[in-house]
Amino acid sequence: MSETHFNLDTVEHAAATPNTELPWAELGLTESEFDRVKEILGRRPTAAELAMYSVMWSEHCSYKSTKVHLRQFGDKVTEEMRKDLMVGIGENAGVTDIGDGWAVTFKIESHNHPSFVEPYQGAATGVGGIVRDIISMGARPVAVMDPLRFGAIDHPDTQRVVHGVVAGVGGYGNSLGLPNIGGEVEFDPCYQGNPLVNALAVGVMRHEDIRLANASGTGNKVVLFGARTGGDGIGGASVLASESFDDSKPSKRPAVQVGDPFAEKVLIECCLELFKSSLVEGIQDLGAAGISCATSELASNGDGGMRVDLTKVLLRDPTLTPGEILMSESQERMMAVVTPEKVEVFEAVMAKWDVEYSWIGEVTDTGRLIIDYQGEVIVDVDPRTVAHDGPVYERPYARPDSQDQLQANHFTGSPEDASRPSGAELRQAVLELMASPNLCSKDWVTSQYDRYVQGNTAMAMPDDAGVIRVDQETGLGVALSTDCNGRYTRLDPYAGAQLALAQAYRNVTTAGARPAAVSDCLNFGSPEDPDIMWQFAEAVRGLSDGCQELGVPVTGGNVSLYNQTGGVAINPTPVVALLGVLDDVARRTPSGWREDGQAIYLLGETADELDGSEWARVRGHLGGQPPAVDLKQERILGDMLVNMSRDGMIDAAHDVSEGGLAATLSEMALRFGVGARIGLGEVADRDGVDTFTLLFSESQGRTVVAVPRSEEVRFKDMCTVRNYPFARIGVVDAESGALDVQGEFSVDLEALREAHSATLPKYFG
Amino acid sequence: MAQNLTADQTPLIADLSQPAPNAALKDIRVGVVTFPGTLDDRDAMRAVQIAGGTAVPLWYADEDLQNVDAVILPGGFSYGDYLRAGAIARFAPLMDKIIDAANSDAALPVLGICNGFQVLTESHLLPGSMIKNEQLKFLCRDQALRIENADTAWTGRYEQGQTIVVPLKNQDGQYVADQRTLDELEAENRVAFRYVGGNPNGSRNDIAGITNARGNVVGLMPHPEHAVEPGFGADFSGSGDVDMRHGTDGLDIFVSALERLTR
Repeated sequence: MSETHFNLDTVEHAAATPNTELPWAELGLTESEFDRVKEILGRRPTAAELAMYSVMWSEHCSYKSTKVHLRQFGDKVTEEMRKDLMVGIGENAGVTDIGDGWAVTFKIESHNHPSFVEPYQGAATGVGGIVRDIISMGARPVAVMDPLRFGAIDHPDTQRVVHGVVAGVGGYGNSLGLPNIGGEVEFDPCYQGNPLVNALAVGVMRHEDIRLANASGTGNKVVLFGARTGGDGIGGASVLASESFDDSKPSKRPAVQVGDPFAEKVLIECCLELFKSSLVEGIQDLGAAGISCATSELASNGDGGMRVDLTKVLLRDPTLTPGEILMSESQERMMAVVTPEKVEVFEAVMAKWDVEYSWIGEVTDTGRLIIDYQGEVIVDVDPRTVAHDGPVYERPYARPDSQDQLQANHFTGSPEDASRPSGAELRQAVLELMASPNLCSKDWVTSQYDRYVQGNTAMAMPDDAGVIRVDQETGLGVALSTDCNGRYTRLDPYAGAQLALAQAYRNVTTAGARPAAVSDCLNFGSPEDPDIMWQFAEAVRGLSDGCQELGVPVTGGNVSLYNQTGGVAINPTPVVALLGVLDDVARRTPSGWREDGQAIYLLGETADELDGSEWARVRGHLGGQPPAVDLKQERILGDMLVNMSRDGMIDAAHDVSEGGLAATLSEMALRFGVGARIGLGEVADRDGVDTFTLLFSESQGRTVVAVPRSEEVRFKDMCTVRNYPFARIGVVDAESGALDVQGEFSVDLEALREAHSATLPKYFG
Repeated sequence: MAQNLTADQTPLIADLSQPAPNAALKDIRVGVVTFPGTLDDRDAMRAVQIAGGTAVPLWYADEDLQNVDAVILPGGFSYGDYLRAGAIARFAPLMDKIIDAANSDAALPVLGICNGFQVLTESHLLPGSMIKNEQLKFLCRDQALRIENADTAWTGRYEQGQTIVVPLKNQDGQYVADQRTLDELEAENRVAFRYVGGNPNGSRNDIAGITNARGNVVGLMPHPEHAVEPGFGADFSGSGDVDMRHGTDGLDIFVSALERLTR
């Protein structure tokens, strides 16, 4: 573009015009933050600088409200936890050593707000963004997972959001050739105006291939490649359009980014080729805050400075202002640092994959990030002040008074518990539970995702964890599960976060994998509300204490705040993603029994813990105390499950969580369509609970396993030695085609499957 | 089986209950084409290797078929399927070579899977076309198929009428053609695979895969390359077994071609 349509606000101009009014408030900065920017610069910021600071100091990029709490994840890391940790919190994604020279990187992030505004693109670009984080670590992405939370299943707007989000996750992930191996789907009115779309990606690499986001080596070239920069995803930056004189400029820019999965697939293969030939010194994906983030982070993580010419950025829309170029969140872009002698080879790789690129600057030794536009300096900052020295707030928090009342309102004895089923009525109760929106089959969702591509999927939904083979020769692989029960967390955020962790831990160990690392996606309401901030502080404290207790480090994650509408926040939803390692994925444990005559055992004990349960949800009740969590016991259980799987003592295992034993037994029978005869009398007597409680309580530390006859002695020995409660509760019956709880009720699997699988198609077609 | 593998073959998983591949097949070179946006290329190469052959990666922009004995056009979303699925890939330089070789006297065996099938119809190596699934959604599931023609280059190992289960996963999987073409396909026994146990996408005549008249070019929508390895295949197999991801019914597609080529 040869003509200037802007009043170019240069550094020189800014210094000369200290009193120019700037739209700092519209860009989301507070007055004190704006003052701080002026203090750092010793003058007023230019429009472009203001754009950079405002977006990099936003809650989303700077974690300004949560940093003081998140610190605990690092502070509570022990030597034991650090053992396999190769890259920790702070990089694009954490990296864990899984042995034999292999490393795994994984991370979970939110894309909640965009997915409500524009469900398809919001969800799609959520997948795209997290996958680019994985690529920037030098890894080949090998799988994705998506924990999704929607409003009430029968609310009219839920249709729009569910169809869009599921199609978006599938449309993007399927086109990238990434198997989707698990996740969650929850429906609850608290997510009506704030659906949660979290996206996880996992990648693998050899140890020597790890790449970090830093720009070092004076004279090295900075390149921007992939898609062109457009006007999408600019959001608040559009107020800067007021600096334009051009009335023909489109007045409204889409705040939600638009995804192009084909461009991303090509970008993945192109990056992997760059890594293979060691053509980049440092690399960073462009996500939130676009070029502002990439340049300031690369420069501040490196050893010098960077000089960038913004005029060289390839644009989709030539009318973009420099501020908009800096803030654009156009997808499928990467920034890399390349030594001058490798420029030619780099360009050849770009040509092979037909990827557009432009050399936009170079690494300097000035310690400054300087950005030129049309020959004038429009940004001159210390990159650290943009990327790392953002404001930090100690937001006030306090346990709300209403919490006592909430916790005193137990399900047992409540009006909702008035007609508790027993005997033959339990059959109908099980059918009702298994057809409920949160326990029904999620096949309608997961059948829209490719779980086979890449040929390494050893296990996927509906099993407890997704399992991916990493090494074809040895069978070395990883298992992943994401979990959270927002109802538990609502009742007790500290315990709720630990319950999410315990469930993920149990799922991964139930699949036969050794827990190795945690990534979290902390979805909460407004941090400016002390009640919500208390939930957040408690959840982080609970999760970090829990990780320490279980010996698994948090390697990264993401915080999503302001998930509230009209002053009503979502249930606090700290989603925990746990990664485990299997020495040989052939040893993974499926969630369904298959072999006639195998013994069915229940590990763990059951108490009356119906508060916050799925049964209480079906009856419309939320109150009381969540189930007690004992992480020492969970650790023993997990260790046993991993050993039992490795030594061939169990052929099937499924954890007991939402929906209690009723859901576990139903799902195990439905997995391969094989029935069982179950006797609960002895266990009920042992634990001092009635059959209803035994079936529907959500007591922790429990798993149901199927044990081959030949292994029963060894199995019982192991439980006895570890002093873990176990009880034989039945036998697999391949002939009956029914789940027969003797002396109580029997339900044939056809009827159970019909009830279980009809719900989502009924609502969503 | 592990001991029988040659050095450049990778033993793939611990469960090695399958018979060892025929060593004589190793000299058969099967090219697997990668277009921009191809996804299942590495998977198809793995399938060729497990079947006992040698997989040769082919790049769409090259003009050299590298003397391969057969070609697989794998699944994916070439060029994002933003136009019509397969419509742009069809114009790749390498496709001209493949079309010529398929139509030549030598009758190069060509298998198009999913997006590869779409490329074959766009190339007019096979008749008809694929449109969006009837339910307008991507669908991933284990799918039963009946082998309707066991005489093609890619189906010789199967019994006529045999039922197999392989994964199906696509967005544009509904096979359509005009009535005359459908009648012709049926009359000439050129429907190679037919969906059984429910038509997943509205395909005409329940067609899952077809062949050309000479039987060297075969296209099918479901993915046999994802049912070749115990532990990573379909949950069930055509024989009704219940064993997680042990369905390997797709392997004989690849073995069929390799065996045909050793004759």
